[in-house]
Amino acid sequence: MPIVKLVSEFFGVEEARRLDWRLRHGGYEGARHALRDMTPEEVTEEVVRSNLRGLGGAGFPTGRKWMFVPKETTQPKYLAVNCDEAEPGTFKDRYIVEWDPHRLLEGIIICSYAVGIHQAYIYIRGEYVRPYHRLKRALEEAYAAGIFGGKVLGSDFSLEVHIHRGAGAYICGEETALLESLEGKKGWPRLKPPFPAVKGLFGCPTVINNVETLSHLPKIILNGGSWFSDLGVERNGGARLFALSGHVNRPGIYELPLGTPLRELIEEHGGGVWRGKRLKGVVPGGTSSGVLCADEIDVPLTFEALAEKGSMLGSGAVVVMDEDTCMVRALHNVEDFFAHESCGQCTPCREGTNWAYRILSRIVSGNGVPEDLDTLEHLASNMRGTSICALCEGARMPLQSFLTKFRDEFEYYIKNRRSMVSGRTPTTVST
Amino acid sequence: MSEGFTFTPENQKRFREILTAYPNRRAAMLPTLHLVLQQHGFIPPEAEPYVAELLEVPLVDVREVVSFYSLFIQERQGRHHLKVCCSLSCWLRGSDEVRAFLRENLGIPEGAVTEDGRFSWEAVPDCLGACELAPMAQVDERFEGFLTRERLEKLLQSLREETYPSQVEAD
Repeated sequence: MPIVKLVSEFFGVEEARRLDWRLRHGGYEGARHALRDMTPEEVTEEVVRSNLRGLGGAGFPTGRKWMFVPKETTQPKYLAVNCDEAEPGTFKDRYIVEWDPHRLLEGIIICSYAVGIHQAYIYIRGEYVRPYHRLKRALEEAYAAGIFGGKVLGSDFSLEVHIHRGAGAYICGEETALLESLEGKKGWPRLKPPFPAVKGLFGCPTVINNVETLSHLPKIILNGGSWFSDLGVERNGGARLFALSGHVNRPGIYELPLGTPLRELIEEHGGGVWRGKRLKGVVPGGTSSGVLCADEIDVPLTFEALAEKGSMLGSGAVVVMDEDTCMVRALHNVEDFFAHESCGQCTPCREGTNWAYRILSRIVSGNGVPEDLDTLEHLASNMRGTSICALCEGARMPLQSFLTKFRDEFEYYIKNRRSMVSGRTPTTVST
Repeated sequence: MSEGFTFTPENQKRFREILTAYPNRRAAMLPTLHLVLQQHGFIPPEAEPYVAELLEVPLVDVREVVSFYSLFIQERQGRHHLKVCCSLSCWLRGSDEVRAFLRENLGIPEGAVTEDGRFSWEAVPDCLGACELAPMAQVDERFEGFLTRERLEKLLQSLREETYPSQVEAD
């Protein structure tokens, strides 16, 4: 399938983050159309029709998420924009915020109007300094032009937008941890229910949407929901940004219709595996997703197709590994991340991720014992469905899949005290 | 508190502006601590009771937040800090070599500061969100990618000569 230019339309265009330029190139026309010609219900209907799904990772249908927010309430309603992009392999939201911040801001207006929200917070991860400055400047320009505030784009609708910087915690990308963090607390996920749509930020009804999700709204409103859904395949509307990295010739962002085969993304768009090497494995949706073997990449990139393979489409972050990759060390790397980022609230996650990491460190340093694999399997089974949020499951999926699909490499490493691939045992394995 | 921490008059003004963005004072915790970082370079212990008082929360609420988030560092780093991303994509493309280079060329282990106070570095397992540049590192406020030996040598040279544009401005 060919590359499309929806949210990536102006990536690489230096002028596109200037408001005056953007206004001459369709900026805020979707929001203007919504405010002037549509009721909030009509906006929501278009988004439902578009089949747009949450592109932060969970893939929940966006229009339906909005409909959970009670219409009649005396409380204020909030929008929390999730730009706490930190799933390993993911860098798409950074592109939107750096290159086309006004598209996100316009999406925020459309969502807020549809749900009746007058206060929005953009939660951006603390490490994103340049994206933060560009976003801040875009917001200031938009405020100065009267786009935000008491009369959004000259209408009677009011909307205030604030940017809130995170401070280095992967868990805050989990929607309820993000709310805790916005409230000035450590990022510990909340038990659901109550769902944020009913009781979210400051105890009020709240929508939490990902940056890319919101950025699709202007075109959906201008072109209609069916236009968007027709781009993709059934139940997977439109296109999304795939972040391709690892051992490929052309790492980068590729915007493709959902349903595009994974093989096409890697071989055609990404130019194939680097250095003429053969493919060994692919992580298709950020490191929380299960690994796929080289013979499993003829899969369409949809939420359902990857779930059927025991993996997930997640954040659309595709990490390619060539034939020289030691899968024992790759898993060790992945579990190091989860052990580091577990927030510590739930025992299976706090203990499970760190225990798995310690065992893998032992194996990598050449001191593994045959029982280690059974212990890891046992840990994985105890990490399933036993925690408040999805981080634990995100650690379990790679653990289980690497162990199952590349078991011979783990057995070899333990038996021979060195990697089957490199023949070596690293001297330091701290990370 | 004889050696108390206080915001500069300019930052006191900024703090009051921060408060206007939230319906309660506690929600201003992260931006207030970012302001402390900006003013002081790290979060000193004496800033915690100060922030607690400003936000009208118990000290433990501040302590909990400072200790939870990795960017709220509690010790001074070098004037230039290099944070090597070691997440999967960067590791696949050579973050181990970047670490070895820094260890050798800066002459200090991870987490340490050079004697002249110019450099510190660390290797982080969390993904910095720039995998297309792998292997990459955050150098002060900037992302630097495709870190070959040659690029790292040039980078360290510009940092030593203090010609590196450490701060990111709105552009």
